[in-house]
Amino acid sequence: MSEPEIAYDVIVVGGGHAGCEAAAASARLGAKTLLVTHRADTIGEMSCNPAIGGLGKGHLVREIDALDGIMGRVIDRAGIQFRILNRRKGPAVQGPRAQADRKLYRGAMQAVLREQPNLDIREGGVEDLILATGEDDRQSVTGVILGDGRPRLAAGRVVITTGTFLRGLIHIGEQKTPAGRVGESPALGLSETLENCGFRLGRLKTGTPPRLDGKTIDWAQLEVQRGDDPPEPFSYLTDRIETPQIACHITYTNPDTHRIIEDNIHRAPMYSGQIGGTGPRYCPSIEDKVVRFAGKERHQIFLEPEGLDDDTVYPNGISTSLPEDVQHAFLRQIPSLENARVIRPGYAIEYDYVDPRELRPTLETRRVAGLYLAGQINGTTGYEEAAAQGLMAGLNAAISAGGSTEPFTLDRGEAYIGVMIDDLITRGTTEPYRMFTSRAEYRLSLRADNADQRLTLAGLSLGCVGSDRAASFEAKMAAIARARTQLAALSATPKALAARDIRVSRDGVPRSALKLLAQPEMGMEAVARLWPETREIAPAILQQVANDALYEGYLDRQQADIAAYRKDEMLSLPEDLDYASIGGLSNEMREKLEATRPATLGAAGRIPGVTPAALTALLRHARRIAA
Amino acid sequence: MLVESDTIYALATAHGRAGIAVFRLSGPSAGEALRQIAKLDVLPDPRRTIRCRMVDPATGDLLDDGLAIWFPSPASLTGEDVVELHIHGGRATTDAVAAALSSLGGLRLAEPGEFSKRAFLAGKIDLTGAEAVADLVDAETEAQRRQALAQLGGGLAGRLEVWRAQLIDVLAHIEAWIDFPDEDLPDGVARSAREKIGGLRAEMGEFLADNRRGERLRDGLQIAILGAPNAGKSSLLNALARRDVAIVSDTAGTTRDVIEVHLDLGGWPVTLADTAGLREAGDEIEQEGVRRALDRSEVADLRLVVFDGSTKPDTTSLGLLENKDTIAVANKSDLPGSAANFSDGIDTLTVSAKTGDGLAGLLTRIEAAAATFFDHGGQAPLTRARHREALVACVASLERAVAAKKSELVAEDLRLAARALGRVTGRVDVEDLLDVIFADFCIGK
Repeated sequence: MSEPEIAYDVIVVGGGHAGCEAAAASARLGAKTLLVTHRADTIGEMSCNPAIGGLGKGHLVREIDALDGIMGRVIDRAGIQFRILNRRKGPAVQGPRAQADRKLYRGAMQAVLREQPNLDIREGGVEDLILATGEDDRQSVTGVILGDGRPRLAAGRVVITTGTFLRGLIHIGEQKTPAGRVGESPALGLSETLENCGFRLGRLKTGTPPRLDGKTIDWAQLEVQRGDDPPEPFSYLTDRIETPQIACHITYTNPDTHRIIEDNIHRAPMYSGQIGGTGPRYCPSIEDKVVRFAGKERHQIFLEPEGLDDDTVYPNGISTSLPEDVQHAFLRQIPSLENARVIRPGYAIEYDYVDPRELRPTLETRRVAGLYLAGQINGTTGYEEAAAQGLMAGLNAAISAGGSTEPFTLDRGEAYIGVMIDDLITRGTTEPYRMFTSRAEYRLSLRADNADQRLTLAGLSLGCVGSDRAASFEAKMAAIARARTQLAALSATPKALAARDIRVSRDGVPRSALKLLAQPEMGMEAVARLWPETREIAPAILQQVANDALYEGYLDRQQADIAAYRKDEMLSLPEDLDYASIGGLSNEMREKLEATRPATLGAAGRIPGVTPAALTALLRHARRIAA
Repeated sequence: MLVESDTIYALATAHGRAGIAVFRLSGPSAGEALRQIAKLDVLPDPRRTIRCRMVDPATGDLLDDGLAIWFPSPASLTGEDVVELHIHGGRATTDAVAAALSSLGGLRLAEPGEFSKRAFLAGKIDLTGAEAVADLVDAETEAQRRQALAQLGGGLAGRLEVWRAQLIDVLAHIEAWIDFPDEDLPDGVARSAREKIGGLRAEMGEFLADNRRGERLRDGLQIAILGAPNAGKSSLLNALARRDVAIVSDTAGTTRDVIEVHLDLGGWPVTLADTAGLREAGDEIEQEGVRRALDRSEVADLRLVVFDGSTKPDTTSLGLLENKDTIAVANKSDLPGSAANFSDGIDTLTVSAKTGDGLAGLLTRIEAAAATFFDHGGQAPLTRARHREALVACVASLERAVAAKKSELVAEDLRLAARALGRVTGRVDVEDLLDVIFADFCIGK
């Protein structure tokens, strides 16, 4: 009954944000790649909020873009409101964010993938993995089996990006429905396969708010939040945003809303015991907010349109799994939503995830050779987190398929991607993992504005960066170098500066233009006034130079910290280290180390609870990696 | 939670004759050792004292009739299985029990400090606690014992932990403000953070301005004996030490280097330093001695400026009286006509190092000075240079944080400040921060 086998280098399972990025990355490196998904028309679907970016998340998107990934370019074609968050704070903690038109986003994503050479897309549900057992008893993946007796697809590298589909279970009040997303069936077989392989599975929960009909919202009385004008694109390749821009609106809950929720709290699955999985603390449901922050009189709600020609509104801030009648009742108490029609009720979804400590820094599982996991299946939340993992898994799957043993990884000192993957594989996670800038200890160095300077060169030497980006990157780097030389050579004495109303302490020491740029209150404007010739430097380039100048001193210290951190990362620990045979390790330490199997001594030190004494015991098993 | 695989034992009480002696065993074989030595079929209830006859497991000979306590892991000193054997004191009994223990398989005599080390590795005490145990064992005076005990009780760690928790709290608020700009956070987070940082910095600064009394209490209050040649400084040192430490002769300039004596004065540890007589003469070696004497005067906590009461005071020594924390001592009261030379309002203690006259009064003055110096209002002080360095680094970071213009730079310096404190007791983790952020603010767009 089964059709003949079709062979690929890399098969990506899932067409969400991780899957799209993984498939594109693998194909960019020249691997013959297949993306398998239930429905091709939902590729690039934004299942939750219609937005990309934010703090930490925006940094991730810029990093994906710096490696010629696709998320940044797609949102630039689909964004309907762009904002740089924290514009008044420093560049290290500014993050780009955009509201998306969901249909445009999906369409742009599908178009990019269709145009991608080396990439096939196929509809189907992956029911099972084809595994082989080697002489050393280690399992490896050799392909996937689609449901309904359709063909066996052969590939030595498989990237699984099934999001919330693994034994997904939707809760709306007392009602439970097995599903991956509303209206789409969950993946049950794959969960079983992973369990049979011996993977440690856990259960997480996330939620989404009811969707409202924008025609039934009373917009007139609402606080307005506009985007930046002009909008700043995500991708280093996008010159300007062409899509029309819209505004968002803000409303608030009130004590009446809260009372209705409190009165019905016993019907909330999180409180009735119906949900066992752990939800994120930073994106609590409205019922969680009302219970945990009982003293707060109101919670804000951002009313985000889901598209230019779509009346659906996403009320960001009131994710809920209360029964439908309660959702209707509390919405009626919210100003401007009194008559709002609910298009689809909010719900909570529980799903399986794999303990990410099962993974190598390449996102390949230790347990099954050739099997890579990316996205929510690893316990993360968010499109950007998923896409960043997809990128890394896709690149490494293709590298490995090409026969190379030189993986592509990023460390905590060079990228948010490195921070996230290191956090996941060394610490694991007990709640959906989301990126924040506070997770990055070298935050001042890892900025959204310099992601290309940090990563594009590495991407070029790997071969995942196309010629367009290579050219624009080289031009930009040359312009920055020129501007820096020019600005360093210009200087003025405090006296001369005072004559132009620019105040610095009168110590007789001349200030270079570079130094003046670093002064937050005057900076660029003063430099332009003093030396009109600098007006010829493109504003983006000048900004870049100013950003580095602003953190001068701090950046040097951070570089020293990074160097110290990398010293510990140079001490590798064998993956098959027999921790039981190491004297001086307590059972507790042994268990922690065995669960994570840290790749380096540095990573071992980041496992929570691992003591200095345990590290000392490990030291003699560490091997120095050649620099 | 087994840290080491072997089991250690040691006599926990002092060697020599005593009413009772206590042996302590720690490690996986401790329970088996107890069963064998006390001839028990089953281990006793945890943490209950039982009476037992102890025998040599090899020969069956009775060793003693004593008490035993069984502390199974993890609720024990070291986190391992621990046994205490209380036996009669006295050399023969302790030797016999030690011999019996050493004959048991898997047991070995503990190395110095090994119980503390195991307790530390098991997370039962932090680094300051381990240091305190060492100090407690080394304590020679009552004040040192009290200080070590306060530190072991977590006095210092507790204080640093409170600061660290406050720093993390402030940092978390700033991080929330940075990472969640669209949230409806309370106003003035940045301003109140700055105020709190200023407050913490002031508190730490005050704590640091402690004359290093905690370290001093470990090393002793530094007292320099200064004065002109032949004023009788070395005699005074010997008299205070009640033994001949310094060579005393009538030849001026006999003492050329600094001679130190450690004493317990009324429970306070002090280090008395005899120095070369101050004069502008002599050979190169004596000049070097004078230089060292003056250096010592600089760093001393208390100066005894000694005059020969029978002659006119020299101007160099009178000049030294300008320093604070100085006691003027007119020596040689046994010689005629001494006190008359100090009529011009200088508060002088008249003593005779030779006869011991007035020494009791001088000791009382020194004790009082030590008590004032070491008074710390019941707070556990910094006892090691390591603590001080960390706190100094922390304060420096806080100062930068207050001056920083950008919130991310404030956060950066706060992170470094918390890390500096963490070096003394533990470490800061991103999760600590996130815990505070999510506990304090409703974040949920």
